[in-house]
Amino acid sequence: MKNEALNQAARPCVFTRLSRVAPYIATAAITALGMMFLASVPAKAAGNVELKHADWSFEAPFGTFDRSQLRRGYKVYKEVCAACHSMDLVKFRNLAEEGGPEFSEAQVKALAAEYEIEDGPDEYGDMFMRAREPKDPMPAPFANENAARAANGGAYPPDFSVIVKARSGGADYIYSLLTGYEEPPQGFPMSPGMNYNAYFGGHQIAMANPLFDEIVEYEDGTPMTVDQYARDVAAFLTWASEPKLEARHQLGFQVMVFLAVLAGLLYFAGRKLWADKH
Amino acid sequence: MSHEITYTPSNAFTRWLDERLPIMGLAHHMLEYPTPRNLNYWWTFGGILTFCLLTQIVTGIILVMHYTPHVDLAFNSVEHIMRDVNYGWLIRYVHANGASMFFLAVYIHMFRGLYYGSYKAPREVLWILGVIIYLLMMAAAFMGYVLPWGQMSFWGATVITNLFGAIPLVGDAIREWLWGGFAVGNPTLQRFFSLHYLIPFIILGVVVLHIWALHVPGNNNPLGISVKDKQDTVSFHPYMTVKDALGLTVFLLLFAYFVFFNPNVLGHADNYIEADPLQTPPHIVPEWYLLPFYAILRAITFDIGPIDSKLGGVIAMFGSIAILFVLPWLDTSKVRSARFRPLFRQFFFLFVVVCLGLGWAGGQSPDRTIFTSSEVIGTYESAAEADAAIAEAVSQTDATADMFKKHDVIEGGVYGVEVERVDYAFDVASLSLVLTILYFAYFLILLPLLGLIEKTKPLPESISKAVLAEKDA
Repeated sequence: MKNEALNQAARPCVFTRLSRVAPYIATAAITALGMMFLASVPAKAAGNVELKHADWSFEAPFGTFDRSQLRRGYKVYKEVCAACHSMDLVKFRNLAEEGGPEFSEAQVKALAAEYEIEDGPDEYGDMFMRAREPKDPMPAPFANENAARAANGGAYPPDFSVIVKARSGGADYIYSLLTGYEEPPQGFPMSPGMNYNAYFGGHQIAMANPLFDEIVEYEDGTPMTVDQYARDVAAFLTWASEPKLEARHQLGFQVMVFLAVLAGLLYFAGRKLWADKH
Repeated sequence: MSHEITYTPSNAFTRWLDERLPIMGLAHHMLEYPTPRNLNYWWTFGGILTFCLLTQIVTGIILVMHYTPHVDLAFNSVEHIMRDVNYGWLIRYVHANGASMFFLAVYIHMFRGLYYGSYKAPREVLWILGVIIYLLMMAAAFMGYVLPWGQMSFWGATVITNLFGAIPLVGDAIREWLWGGFAVGNPTLQRFFSLHYLIPFIILGVVVLHIWALHVPGNNNPLGISVKDKQDTVSFHPYMTVKDALGLTVFLLLFAYFVFFNPNVLGHADNYIEADPLQTPPHIVPEWYLLPFYAILRAITFDIGPIDSKLGGVIAMFGSIAILFVLPWLDTSKVRSARFRPLFRQFFFLFVVVCLGLGWAGGQSPDRTIFTSSEVIGTYESAAEADAAIAEAVSQTDATADMFKKHDVIEGGVYGVEVERVDYAFDVASLSLVLTILYFAYFLILLPLLGLIEKTKPLPESISKAVLAEKDA
């Protein structure tokens, strides 16, 4: 009797009753909203200054890098930043790889060959200098940290390989910092040799303002302004920190679609299966 | 409701095998194991957690093939994985975010157990094994976070190992023994690496015991009443496997969001700066899933008799986990599920809020004020003038110097130092203390008391009857 009553009843099953799934939907919604809230809180530099935000091409879930922007950014890095900042983990060959500036193999060879590197020992046991090849890292401006500090009044210019991941605010922070040099407020107690920056923690930064209008020559007609240079170099440094970003976004899209379809199939499979149980 | 194995081998080979190793019978038992028919989706997190553990083990084994546990090489070897290893970025981001997802799932699993009274007789051993797994997870996660050898790795390891220094008499010796030297260094990194590889396999062993201890009394269920007959159950496969698969898939959507679209949001930017023993980061914070315990640790800011504040914090922190072991005997109510315990149900949700509050407090600077009664006494051109104003105020009123706070202000391009007299401030440290007291009160006062005074709702006769009644309503 009891058994029949259970089986006969053509009752809506657990999968069809909204009241049953409502708590889970609510939890998922709260989690999603929480995440959006986390993501939307404007990034702040140390010292609680709200950063400037630029519309980055790589930012959206399916965002990609703008090739010409990366190439311009590399030019800014090479001609301005590289005077003090190394980029030890980035090799010349990376500049030709998919998802980056995508220079041609020949261009990369030529770019690398502009610099020398110590190699060896040769067959006589001597070290020798040779032109850099695509497999070699970007040249470092100083032999070691002590040399870098000695040349920069005691301050150590950080390596740029993962700088965007190493600063809260990421590309926005780099962009804000580079456009944040201004006159110190009246009466601000500046230490000797320091520069005022609106976005740096404590507002005193050892690095002098590195960018000026027309300091780097752009050949594609892009405006040669501090603002544009700052955007371009921030984009380039983002690629240097996350060279697999485009592949990640692309695979992520495929995985999400797969999981969503799978969830749908499992939902209907479960509904059919449980139809006589509830 | 112990379940008999009803498997009979069907051919010559399985008969032969069954006489020597009844493993087919075990597999058969796992598949047709009777589960309460009314399990809801909060019960899918056991399967999700098994998936998380296996994912961490598989991705971890691959990472080890490319990682170098040495202070000079560790940081760059992680970036080598990100840049040069095929799909290394995927494996590492799955492993790093996998830890967070593992904890998210385990917290949901634990709160589910608390809500439906899954820790009560006859499931005390099941619960205790779960707490052991949770403890081991925290150890594994903490040591794993040290391996990339970033700033937070190093300084997190320094803060946590220093806690052991608070133990009277033997503290310093234990600390040096943990370090393998006189500070966090290469020996520390290498032993943490070794243990980080070992612990997941210990967890796997305890998980086997956890599942064993589950299969003896069987699952608890949302009604919290025991299974009476076959009407109350369905076989694990396919009824629960399809539900678990759907729960897991939805969980993976969230997991994939973090891995592919926001892989670093749950970590700290400072951990992409290589460890530097000479430079302390301004704020040392653990990963989000350890923040509630960090808040409890910092909540004790005063000495209690012979126990100084540091040791007090350590005792409170370890006590907050230790108390979970005796939870089955602290709760005096015979009714398991919160559905039939109206008072308990409200306090449970308050307890969840307390835990979330502790998590928030753990991420804040302890001297951050939440609300304050204060008065700005003036704005001065320099810090020296501000100090003079404070000295004057101290000499003329009964205020003391430590009541005054100075802030830099920049308004309209003019710099000034604002001086504020704080008459009363409720800061994060005070909030942490209040929440810590509430945390312990829940276990030590509320649960023993509620069982004695609470008037519970009538329990349904059986699971199947309740399922039918709900349908008819």
